[in-house]
Amino acid sequence: MSTSLSWAVTDSWTMTRRELAHWARQPFQVFVGLAFPVMLLLMFGYLMGGGSGISGDYREYLVPGMFALTMAFGLDATMVAVTQDLNKGVIDRFRSMPMAVGAVLVGRSAADMLQSALSLVVLVGVGLAVGWTWHGSFAAFLGALGLLLLLRFAMLWMGIHLAMVAGKPELVVTVQILVWPVSFLSNAFATPESMPGWLGATVEWNPMSATATAVRDLFGNEGGAASTSWAAEHAQLLAVLWPLALIAVFFPLAVRRFGALSK
Amino acid sequence: MTDVIVVEGVRKRYGDKHALDGLDLSVGRGTVHGVLGPNGAGKTTLVRILATLLRPDEGRVEVAGHDVRTDAHEVRFRIGLLGQHAALDEELGGRQNLEMFGRLYHLGARRARVRADALLERFGLADTGRKAVKQYSGGMRRRLDLAASLITEPEVLFLDEPTTGLDPRGRAEVWDAVRSLVGGGTTVLLTTQYLEEADQLADRISVVDRGQVIADGTADELKAKTGGDRIDVVLHDAGQLGAAVALLPFDKATLSVDTDRRLLSAPVTDRMTALAGAVRALEEAGIEAEDIALRRPTLDEVFLHLTGKPEEAA
Repeated sequence: MSTSLSWAVTDSWTMTRRELAHWARQPFQVFVGLAFPVMLLLMFGYLMGGGSGISGDYREYLVPGMFALTMAFGLDATMVAVTQDLNKGVIDRFRSMPMAVGAVLVGRSAADMLQSALSLVVLVGVGLAVGWTWHGSFAAFLGALGLLLLLRFAMLWMGIHLAMVAGKPELVVTVQILVWPVSFLSNAFATPESMPGWLGATVEWNPMSATATAVRDLFGNEGGAASTSWAAEHAQLLAVLWPLALIAVFFPLAVRRFGALSK
Repeated sequence: MTDVIVVEGVRKRYGDKHALDGLDLSVGRGTVHGVLGPNGAGKTTLVRILATLLRPDEGRVEVAGHDVRTDAHEVRFRIGLLGQHAALDEELGGRQNLEMFGRLYHLGARRARVRADALLERFGLADTGRKAVKQYSGGMRRRLDLAASLITEPEVLFLDEPTTGLDPRGRAEVWDAVRSLVGGGTTVLLTTQYLEEADQLADRISVVDRGQVIADGTADELKAKTGGDRIDVVLHDAGQLGAAVALLPFDKATLSVDTDRRLLSAPVTDRMTALAGAVRALEEAGIEAEDIALRRPTLDEVFLHLTGKPEEAA
């Protein structure tokens, strides 16, 4: 048992190194991946001006929303990577070798989480540069980053599963397009109060809204507790429960689906 | 002789299509076994089941003494796979690929590196440096793919249409590599649509059609099974082929005519009688022949005879 565990760890590390070797081969892609959310942040922060329903500094409200949005968009990045991998012959070699079954997936998740952590560091830097800052304790700041990465981790396993269900890159495009409206149906850019009642209520229950509201609270940014709805008042609880629920559903589904490639 | 590959009554269904429909096969240690058949015959499905990539619906499959269903992990230590599509990480270089696979076989970092260098040297890829595999030529990719299948010096090597899409030089390289492997004691199962390839490389051949083995034996045995020798008559004038068919004392049902080559070909039982009879009959009718020859049948004809239809991909 201990042997198979150490093998699983070694194999997972080998697969993670493979992803890092890809980064080293394609520094431009890595750069674009990090620059895209920065671009969105600058676009919404400057071009779109003030969002709806925000009384104070819009950037105080927007920047945490962009953090959450970037984590949600990770779904798309994971799906593309998994679909590309599964449609390559190399997966057959991995599966015909005596390696730990889940190592391919662990390598994927390690690389994606690392990419997202890097992305957060860059976004925090850009956020500070455009006048955003956090007002709470450093511990609360770290807690907020933790909640963001938890959301990303949920998106990761959802992405792995959906990519295997979709199978072909063409179908992934559909999900890529759907990610946009679903992400915008959140409180990342505008408060739910500024929307029609039914829409605002839907938006408040979006997992991304829960994370955005929770990190605004933790950062001490404005607009965090404007709403008095149950979802808004329990945002931190929801920001933990939503991703955990998604992980509880999609992690076993993804692992089973991967094991069933031999069907 | 012990059998390293045992396949008994294997079935695999996709929807209502039977990819494998009760297939039986056994391969002796240290031999090359050719699986010959047209596209869609079930060759790739068979290889994927043997290489533990696919589970059979029914039947028994053992590779190197281990059941592929219950003991896949043990099987994986003992096999190498060269599939139809390069099973390589195209973004990485040749050495990076081989080192990665070596580490996944748990050779350890240093041995994985040494093994990678040795294989690159052996397959003429030592000077590829950091070049990504996606920039390799087809032949180089195949060679690297083969090198990757040989990292642990496997007991059994599966080659699924190893030369499909290669130019004659690339094909010759793969053939040489296969021959040298067998000299080292590796058991090889290769699938092919090329009759010539099976004839060249394989000790024994199983002809597969619609998920079943419809004939097996050595190349010579298969040729003998289909009625032995044939006579080829090439006429000077294609317009006289019809007259010659009517005239010659051959079975009209099994005789074939190729107008472009002005060729008439038929199976014969008694070589000399058939030859003398043909010469005499043509002479008497005043039909001028360019060439008359007796020969062994080609595997194309074997396939036509066994399946009752032309070999599709040839």
